Amino acid sequence: ELTSYKSFVEQACIVHFLISFSPSRNEDLKEMLESNKESLKLEAMKRVVGLIAKGKNASELFPAVVKNVASKNIELKKLVYVYLVRYAEEQQDLALLSISTFQRALKDPNQLIRASALRVLSSIRVPIIVPIMMLAIKEAASDMSPYVRKTSAHAIQKLYSLDQDQKELLIEVIEKLLKDKSTLVAGSVVMAFEEVCPDRIDLIHKNYRKLCNLLVDVEEWGQVVIISMLTRYARTQFTSPWKEDGVFDEHNERAFYESDEEKTRDETEAKPYMMDPDHRLLLRNTKPLLQSRNTAVVMSVAQLYWHLAPKNEVSIVTKSLVRLLRSHREVQYIVLQNIATMSIQRKGMFEPYMKSFYVRSTDATHIKSLKLEILTSLANEANISTILREFQTYVKSQDKQFAAGTIQAIGRCATNISEVTDTCLNGLVLLLSNRDETVVAESVVVIRKLLQIQPTQHSDIIKHMAKLFDNITVPMARASILWLMGEYCERVPKIAPDVLRKMAKSFTSEEDIVKLQTVNLAAKLYLTNSKQTKLLTQYILNLGKYDQNYDIRDRTRFIRQLIVPNDKNGALSKYAHRILLAPKPAPVLESAYKDRDRYQLGTLSHTINTKASGYLELSDWPAVAPDQSVRNVEVIEPTVKSKPAKSSDDKFYSDSGEEEEKGSGSSSSEDGSSSSSSEESGSDAESHVQKNSSQTSEESDKSSSQSEKSSSESDSEKKERKTKTPLQKKTIFNEESWTYVTKQQHTKTIFVNVINQHSVLQTFSYSHWSTLCVSLFTQLCPLSLAFPLQLSGPAFVPEKSHDLLHRMTGKGLSAQYQFPRQPCLYQPTMVSVQISLTNTTDHPLEQIHIGDRSPTGLNIHCFNTIECLEPEASVTVFMGIDFNDSTQAANFQLCTKEDHFSVSIQPAIGELLLPITMTELDFRKEQGKLLGMNESSATITMAAENMTSQPISRPVATVANLGMVPSSQDNVHRFAGKTANSGAVVLVTVELRGESTALITINTEKSVMGSMLLRDLKLALAQA
Amino acid sequence: MINSLFLINPSGEIFLEKHWKSVVSRSVCDYFLEAKEKALEPEDVPPVIHTPHHYLISIYRDKLFFLSVIQTEVPPLFVIEFLHRVAEMIQDYFGECSETVVKDHMVMVYELLEEMLDNGFPLATESNVLKEMIRPPTILRSVVNTLTGTSNVGDTLLTGQLSTIPWRRAGVRYTNNEAYFDVVEEIDAILDQSGTTVFAEIQGVVEACVKLSGMPDLTLSFMNPRLLDDVSFHPCVRYKLWESERVLSFIPPDGNFTLMTYHVNAQNLVAIPVYVKQSISFFECGSDGRLDVTVGPKQTMGKTVEGVMVTVHLPKTILSINLTATQGSYTYDNGTKVTTLWDIGKLNPQKLPNLRGSLSLQAGAPKPEENPSLNIDLKIQQLAISGLKVNRLDMFGEKYKPFKGVKYITKAGKFQVRT
Repeated sequence: ELTSYKSFVEQACIVHFLISFSPSRNEDLKEMLESNKESLKLEAMKRVVGLIAKGKNASELFPAVVKNVASKNIELKKLVYVYLVRYAEEQQDLALLSISTFQRALKDPNQLIRASALRVLSSIRVPIIVPIMMLAIKEAASDMSPYVRKTSAHAIQKLYSLDQDQKELLIEVIEKLLKDKSTLVAGSVVMAFEEVCPDRIDLIHKNYRKLCNLLVDVEEWGQVVIISMLTRYARTQFTSPWKEDGVFDEHNERAFYESDEEKTRDETEAKPYMMDPDHRLLLRNTKPLLQSRNTAVVMSVAQLYWHLAPKNEVSIVTKSLVRLLRSHREVQYIVLQNIATMSIQRKGMFEPYMKSFYVRSTDATHIKSLKLEILTSLANEANISTILREFQTYVKSQDKQFAAGTIQAIGRCATNISEVTDTCLNGLVLLLSNRDETVVAESVVVIRKLLQIQPTQHSDIIKHMAKLFDNITVPMARASILWLMGEYCERVPKIAPDVLRKMAKSFTSEEDIVKLQTVNLAAKLYLTNSKQTKLLTQYILNLGKYDQNYDIRDRTRFIRQLIVPNDKNGALSKYAHRILLAPKPAPVLESAYKDRDRYQLGTLSHTINTKASGYLELSDWPAVAPDQSVRNVEVIEPTVKSKPAKSSDDKFYSDSGEEEEKGSGSSSSEDGSSSSSSEESGSDAESHVQKNSSQTSEESDKSSSQSEKSSSESDSEKKERKTKTPLQKKTIFNEESWTYVTKQQHTKTIFVNVINQHSVLQTFSYSHWSTLCVSLFTQLCPLSLAFPLQLSGPAFVPEKSHDLLHRMTGKGLSAQYQFPRQPCLYQPTMVSVQISLTNTTDHPLEQIHIGDRSPTGLNIHCFNTIECLEPEASVTVFMGIDFNDSTQAANFQLCTKEDHFSVSIQPAIGELLLPITMTELDFRKEQGKLLGMNESSATITMAAENMTSQPISRPVATVANLGMVPSSQDNVHRFAGKTANSGAVVLVTVELRGESTALITINTEKSVMGSMLLRDLKLALAQA
Repeated sequence: MINSLFLINPSGEIFLEKHWKSVVSRSVCDYFLEAKEKALEPEDVPPVIHTPHHYLISIYRDKLFFLSVIQTEVPPLFVIEFLHRVAEMIQDYFGECSETVVKDHMVMVYELLEEMLDNGFPLATESNVLKEMIRPPTILRSVVNTLTGTSNVGDTLLTGQLSTIPWRRAGVRYTNNEAYFDVVEEIDAILDQSGTTVFAEIQGVVEACVKLSGMPDLTLSFMNPRLLDDVSFHPCVRYKLWESERVLSFIPPDGNFTLMTYHVNAQNLVAIPVYVKQSISFFECGSDGRLDVTVGPKQTMGKTVEGVMVTVHLPKTILSINLTATQGSYTYDNGTKVTTLWDIGKLNPQKLPNLRGSLSLQAGAPKPEENPSLNIDLKIQQLAISGLKVNRLDMFGEKYKPFKGVKYITKAGKFQVRT
């Protein structure tokens, strides 16, 4: 019973599992998303985002989610954004449905909404919208709000990664944004610069001083990026401050004993090298950032000093780097790596902090070995005893890998500092009796290396090792001992043959590396002591001959040929002694970090010790400094927005105390605060100009600049602060100055290529559509914007559809068409036609497309071929037809895979028009131009109940796609439109006269169209 | 810069992923999991891993791995610093940073991550700004939310990001205006067998809890600022004024934050508040050992030493221990690391606490090479061991009188005794 119960539970679990993962689960989400209740939608979205966070696929919900993009509920909207950004790439076509919402939001008067719209829009990685993104970025780059400009800088990178062809255009935007004086923008635009065009150093020149001065106030992440960029810049623009080290070596030596003060004076006066004031500016302005709480900022300043500062100034970063060692383990890891590289070249820098690198037993293994590395590099005659004492503790560590590392470190110390070589050797020999194998093995290897350096006095160590040989099992250690025996066999003539004898016994069970060294030892002994070892050698060579490893077989064959004299190789064996027993150079024990300095410090490449993708090489100092004047800034920069950025723009803690630092040279000229007079004439003049231009600045800018002014702050005056703080809250920019065209937002346009392939569309009702698709059209066709007449949305869209192909004639394929009255996207001269295709057969129809057309010159934009239309399914597609402003039918063939059906679309005259908006005044003006033969009119009789304006406009709008023009007279109604093809203006006036008569007047230069329209209108109004 | 983030628990389960650029398949984590398998301890996993197409930078914190995927050159510290900010943000929002907390607030964490980076570049990392956009959950609010159907997403438009002081939100109002500062000092030390100091230094931090209305501008000065050798500040501190006058002048963020960290001049001798007498020995022949540890107060400036804890890192070959403590209790953990945690509590100078007893090794195991090291934990209230004293706190810019308070505390940092 128990087992059956168990299996029941198991089954239940499986069923539950299946239920929870079956598509039905997402079905209910879909239902919730499509419900009318906000709370349900929100709940559903939360669950969807939960799925995304867990990495589960929620892409099939895209259509249901995207509909909520225009929701009023901010939380819901945010979640939809999150979803969109995640899945837009996979569902590109559907994602386009949301674009218009963002486009509208881009014009929002609230800067935060504009920014977030741009942020999401640019995150949708869909290539089709590249031109829209480009436009949006360009616009946002000259936005009033620095926050929006910051977002545009981020968008640049996104667009660049989406479409590299936009590079040139994007560089223009970057160039513009680099000129920006807001601290908010600086970091982001430099990031974009680094990503898009890091080689365009020329863009930096003019902004160099500004960036240096803004640096302190930029947010911390931006600081990192700017500093790293400026490091590269400085290496190309300034001459090396290190020159004196090479050329003036002697001089330097002497200076060393003089006081620091004298030394610096020496540098500035006596030496031919003069540091560029801009170079100095960079060093000075980055120094305070060493106090940042952000470890990445500290590290980047440290690397800047390492790569740019004169040698005697680099050490100011030491303290800060050591401070970082208190931080998290991962931070320690990176910082220690960099210190390891630094300490090889500049021991003195870190020696005072040696104790900070002492290892704790609780450190992670990689931290331990890095500390060991640094301690070894820091070792010198003075501190070696302290270090060795410390090492003694480490060797005993339970972490054997670390203990082995310590032994290597001891070996390095021993080679570097000859005074302690003997002490180290003795210490290592003691370790040979250690219980742990790895320790012993490492010791043997290190001893071998040390003995090679001074082989003369150490035969007893070799003897000792021979004694230990039986107890050592680690192959590397055994091999090392064998090699030592062979190499110094003349020093231990009695022991070496005995070791060989032992090896002959155990040869077959040894590791390959040991076998190789055995063969080696045998050969060397054969050459020096053939009497005792001849047979042994031959035995070993025979064993080697039949070894499984081909390396050993090869080696054996080679050795045999070399040492055993026979007829063929007489010449070579003569030199055997010299070949095998040649004096060998001692190995150099050096740091693994020796060559790391080829990478810029603090970079990923430095950490992984290979070139990471996107790594930018730090160039060598130029021999001759390039022109310094390129960094001079003209007094006035003609900027479009002409906000004569206050010196204090939105710097918060920026130092107006800049001027107190004498010799800052031209540094302060660029943004030197206009409020305080600086001693330099150049900056004086400039600040004067700035004042002037600020006075002439536009009204609209005034409030913003004022509030920004209030938020700026000079450090020196505390009293002033009191009065300022309340003002600070007013940092609201002038929203009214932000004008935009609201009308356009209601233009219902259709992005045909987006939708024509998607049956999903059918789930959208028409009203849905009009909210979704907005001004896309106008954006994509800038030309049409140039037309002075403002296009507007259709006043009314007739639902009436016409038969294109009856199912009887179409062998089951039926088609209906209607005019959606949207401007056609492909060509503004086309009229868009919506075609619904339905398959009424019982088999799928394949490859539905448009074939031959007549008249042949007919300009049609076809819909994409429909690969397959299932039985009972229908699909809606859009096409564009240029009717050439005539009611002549467009004939073309509708083809399936098997059949061709000739069909024709005959437009009513009213469908060839597009509505436009204009004022009454403009209307009259236009009407005045179109009199005489361009005017046609008629009087009709209509029913009395239709005499109010509403019923008039309805029948007119039904007949023709015209826009209403506001009218000041109650009895006169005006409508305006233009022809699709030629853009000729069509003006309709309906004037109600008396009880039941009305006068219809049509003014247009297309008189044929005018009369046809008049006829239609007459008919419609009389009916009404 | 930062492409994706994965949160991974110690058993290797990926329970959250977030992508800021194109989606990177989670299979990239396999390289990391492989490295994790190899490492003995989670701390030993290398922070930077180089895979054929990506670079993985990870941190291990609060028993969680935060793994970021990078595709191009970026300063590794930039990423590491950011990942720690993420952990801090979770801690800040939900009170702790753990797997359960993240799983419980999955959507909110995801939204926060969305706000923190744009295209992989940090956008809003200031806690004050984030809290304005997405309000942290409170019990009251979650009740209200379920009743009214409102949400945690701020519906007012935030201004913090736009202002020149991004760390402070606008329109702060409190009925009680108060500003508290905790000066916390930690002693890092290594003592050797004989009790001599191998290495010792003091690291301090000034934690602040400021709840003041409006836009207060504070100035904090010390009696003896010369003590401070190396400092790092919250971005709100005006560096120039520190340079020239040695005072901390700042407009504080709202709520809790770290105002500064400092390092006390190395030349000053560090007072070590406790001494440890220990003898740990293993017998050469048998598989036994003895342990005897006594802790006593040393330089305590007349204050009581509290919360004393001793952690003994025993060799792996230890089979069992049998100890008796004269004060407090001890626990024995036989996991990957064999440790004994002796919780002493308050240190009584009259009657010194002692822990002694026998250790037994696994049969046949050799005598351990190195004696176990001890880690000491302690706390001294109302004392900054370096002698640092806050002089005064002045407020400008607002009219009310705030309530001010300073607290000192000394703790043991990385305090290790070698035996």
